Amino acid sequence: MKTTETKTLKVIFEPIWKNNPIMVQILGICSSLAVTVQLKTAIVMAIALTLVVAFSNLTVSVLRNAIPRNIRIIAELCIVATLVILADELLKAFMYDISKQLSVFVGLIITNCIVMGRAESFALANPPLLSFLDGLGNGIGYGSVLIAVAFIRELMGSGKLLGFDVVPQAFYLSGYENMGFMLLAPAAFIIIGLLVWLQRTLLNK
Amino acid sequence: MDNIISIFINSVFVGNILLAYFLGMCSFLSVSKNMETSVGLGFAVTFVLAVTTPVNWMVYHYLLAPGALSWAGLPGIDLSFLKLVTFIAVVAAIVQAVEMIIDRFSPFLYSSLGVFLPLIAVNCAILGAALFMVERDYNLIESIAYGTGSGLGWMLAIVSMAAIRKKLKYANVPEGLEGFGITMISTGLMAMAFMLFSGITM
Repeated sequence: MKTTETKTLKVIFEPIWKNNPIMVQILGICSSLAVTVQLKTAIVMAIALTLVVAFSNLTVSVLRNAIPRNIRIIAELCIVATLVILADELLKAFMYDISKQLSVFVGLIITNCIVMGRAESFALANPPLLSFLDGLGNGIGYGSVLIAVAFIRELMGSGKLLGFDVVPQAFYLSGYENMGFMLLAPAAFIIIGLLVWLQRTLLNK
Repeated sequence: MDNIISIFINSVFVGNILLAYFLGMCSFLSVSKNMETSVGLGFAVTFVLAVTTPVNWMVYHYLLAPGALSWAGLPGIDLSFLKLVTFIAVVAAIVQAVEMIIDRFSPFLYSSLGVFLPLIAVNCAILGAALFMVERDYNLIESIAYGTGSGLGWMLAIVSMAAIRKKLKYANVPEGLEGFGITMISTGLMAMAFMLFSGITM
């Protein structure tokens, strides 16, 4: 009992820090960085992606013995695409403004390498519950990087968090200015690079 | 005509699909280690983008868009929610077809480009360009210009990155920053350089 428990825990927690999908596996940087200008969109994106990875892992794992090996990529793509369409329609129905801001990037979850990568490398070889947890862990690991980047960009770029002003007015009066650069695309690349540096230095200790 | 040229220039430089919209990063990061493969993949992506964007335009506007099926006597039908799945299928099918055609007519091109074609089917840049084309409401000619321009922009980015990484091998990079970290930072610097083109107006 003990061993299975630790394995389950490992499956969830390893991808969050030690084997983070963005920083270590270098998967899925595509597309989603564009939504990190604001914290709000990043959080919605993180939740959408986590749910899609978790459920696609679950579905692929349940069907893993029924899918013939040579057409598995197409089968996986169909499962992922269906889930993403569901997520997209749900967002449009309940959070129309955010769905407008996320625009094409929700759709691009389909080609996000994490989803396919986890389905290929984990869900095809493991039982459903474990695969679901692996998807959850990877989604959270990915989402936490996304949220960290968005936190830095929104705080430094517009002096706000989740749309509320957090930088005190006194700072602006004494000459502090928002860094407009943080709102542009290059900042996201540089922040990711620095976060990777931080994480590797901490891990090597 | 001006409009088309400006869409083309914009998609190559200012609105570069990789550096401004972060699309196609996975293959960018893994392939840019090597100059020759970068050039090969760059050509393949340009080619596939130039073909699939207009085809997806036709599929969207004659089959999926609200009211698009009126030629078949079904004006009230809106299938646009199916665009994700359809675009992916169209891209995969075209990539497969292109692979077979190249294999049949030009074995030399196939041997240099062939390995990259399957990779491209799941490249976010291809699907991303198709989705942007719908979102920005381009017409057929504009979508051809946009597809070709995005492909060339992507190629420009990956080839210059391969060149930078070649030099980086001899640089003394701080511990922990080597490899992925420094690549991201140099991509950021390159993206800044590309943004300088935003002063150009047609």
